[in-house]
Amino acid sequence: MVVSRTQFPSSALDAVADTPDGATVLVGGFGLAGMPSELIDALIEQGAGDLTIVSNNAGNGDTGLAALLRAGRVRKVVCSFPRQSDSYVFDELYRAGKIELELVPQGNLAERMRAAGAGIGAFYCPTAVGTPLAEGRETRVIDGRTYLLEYPIHGDVALISAWRADELGNLVYRKTARNFGPVMATAARTVIAQVTSVVPAGSLDPEAVVTPRIYVDRVVRVEGGAR
Amino acid sequence: MTGPLTMDQLAAVIARDIPPGSFVNLGIGHPTKVADHLPPEAGVVLHTENGMLGMGPTATGADVDPDLINAGKIPVTELPGAAYFDHASSFAMMRGGHLDFCVLGAYQVSAGGDLANWHTGAADDIPAVGGAMDLAIGAKSVFVMMSLFTRGGAPKLVPRCTYPLTGVGCVSRVYTDLAVFDFTPEGPRITRTFGTPAAELAERLALPYLAG
Repeated sequence: MVVSRTQFPSSALDAVADTPDGATVLVGGFGLAGMPSELIDALIEQGAGDLTIVSNNAGNGDTGLAALLRAGRVRKVVCSFPRQSDSYVFDELYRAGKIELELVPQGNLAERMRAAGAGIGAFYCPTAVGTPLAEGRETRVIDGRTYLLEYPIHGDVALISAWRADELGNLVYRKTARNFGPVMATAARTVIAQVTSVVPAGSLDPEAVVTPRIYVDRVVRVEGGAR
Repeated sequence: MTGPLTMDQLAAVIARDIPPGSFVNLGIGHPTKVADHLPPEAGVVLHTENGMLGMGPTATGADVDPDLINAGKIPVTELPGAAYFDHASSFAMMRGGHLDFCVLGAYQVSAGGDLANWHTGAADDIPAVGGAMDLAIGAKSVFVMMSLFTRGGAPKLVPRCTYPLTGVGCVSRVYTDLAVFDFTPEGPRITRTFGTPAAELAERLALPYLAG
C-alpha cells in the first residue's frame, strides 16, 4: 500500500461526515457537467444546515443542489447564474425571501477562489465596473483604467467531481466537466473529490495531472457520473 | 440584402465579418447561430466560457456526452486541436484580451457603447449574470446581435440605457435586423442597412447623428 495523506473513505457519506453547520461549501460543476451529485446527496443525508453554497448555478430540476436547497439546508448562495429554465426550486425560495443571493460575475467567482487558493489578499479586476454590481465598492484607476477591488472566496469544504484519481489523490478531469474543479480544489480547507475510477500510483501521466494531490484531502469512488 | 433580416440571416452576415483564424466567443442564445455560418476552412476557433477552445457543432444522437457542453449547457462536439482548461484560465483568457471577438445578445445598447444584457431590472426578475460582464470588457471587439426595436416598437439602441448595465463603453459594433452600427468616438454610425433607408432609421431612433 502506498503512503498518501489523501484519504479514501468507503462511501460519500463518510467523506462528508464532518461537515459542520454554517460551513461555506464550494460545489463544482457547470450545469450538470462536473456536478458532484453523489457528494451533494451525501451532504443532504448527513444533515448539515445553515450552509453557504458557492457554485456557478443554483441547482437544476429536483436533484443535486436543488434538492439540498429544497431540504432547507442553505442560507446563502454565491453564484453567477441562478436563473435557468429548470431552477424552480431556487426561484421559489428566492422570491419567498428564504434564501440570500450574492451574484458574482462568473470570471470573478473563479478568480476569487483562485486568489483564495493562491494566498492573494485581494485583487483589482475590470469586470462589472460601472454596473449595479459595483455599487458601494472600492475602485482604483490604474494606467487610466478603472478596476474594482475583489476579495478571495475561501471554502470550508469543496465538493468536486473529477474523472480519475490515482491512489495518491492526483486528479484528472474529462472535457468541460473540468470547469470549477481545479480552482475549488485549491480554495477550501477540506477538499473532497468524487471520481469514477481510482488507478494505481504512477499510471497517470505526470504531465497530464490537473489537480496535484497536495490539494486533495479525500477521494471517493462513485458509480457512473463522468464516463 | 433586403430586410428586415431574420436572426439566422443576421448570423450569416456576422459570420462573414469574422476574419479567418479568429478566436471567438459566441455567448448564449441567438449569437450561437453564427457558428452555423462559419466555413470550416476559415479556421475560426470557438471559445466557450466553461473551459474549451475548438468547440465543434452541436452534438446529436450517439455524440451527446454530458461532460461536453457549451455555455448554454447544450451538448456540443470537439474539433481536432481542441483544448480544455479550468474556469479561472478560461476567464483569464477572456479578461486578458486574448479573444478577438465576442458576439452577445442585448436588451439595450447606448449611443456611448454601453451594454445592457443581463437583467431587466424588474423587481420579481431573478438576476443572472453568468459570464456576460467578463466577456463585455474582455474581448478585443464586442459585437452585439439584436433586433433594433422591441416587439412593442421601442428602440433598443438608445441615448442612455434604462436597463442595468453589463459594461460601460464596451460595444464595437451592433448588428440588427435593420442595420449595422459601428461605434466611433463620435457615436454610432450606420454602415449597412437591410431594406429601410438610414435616414428613416435615424429618425425612428431619435439619434440624429447616426446616419453617414
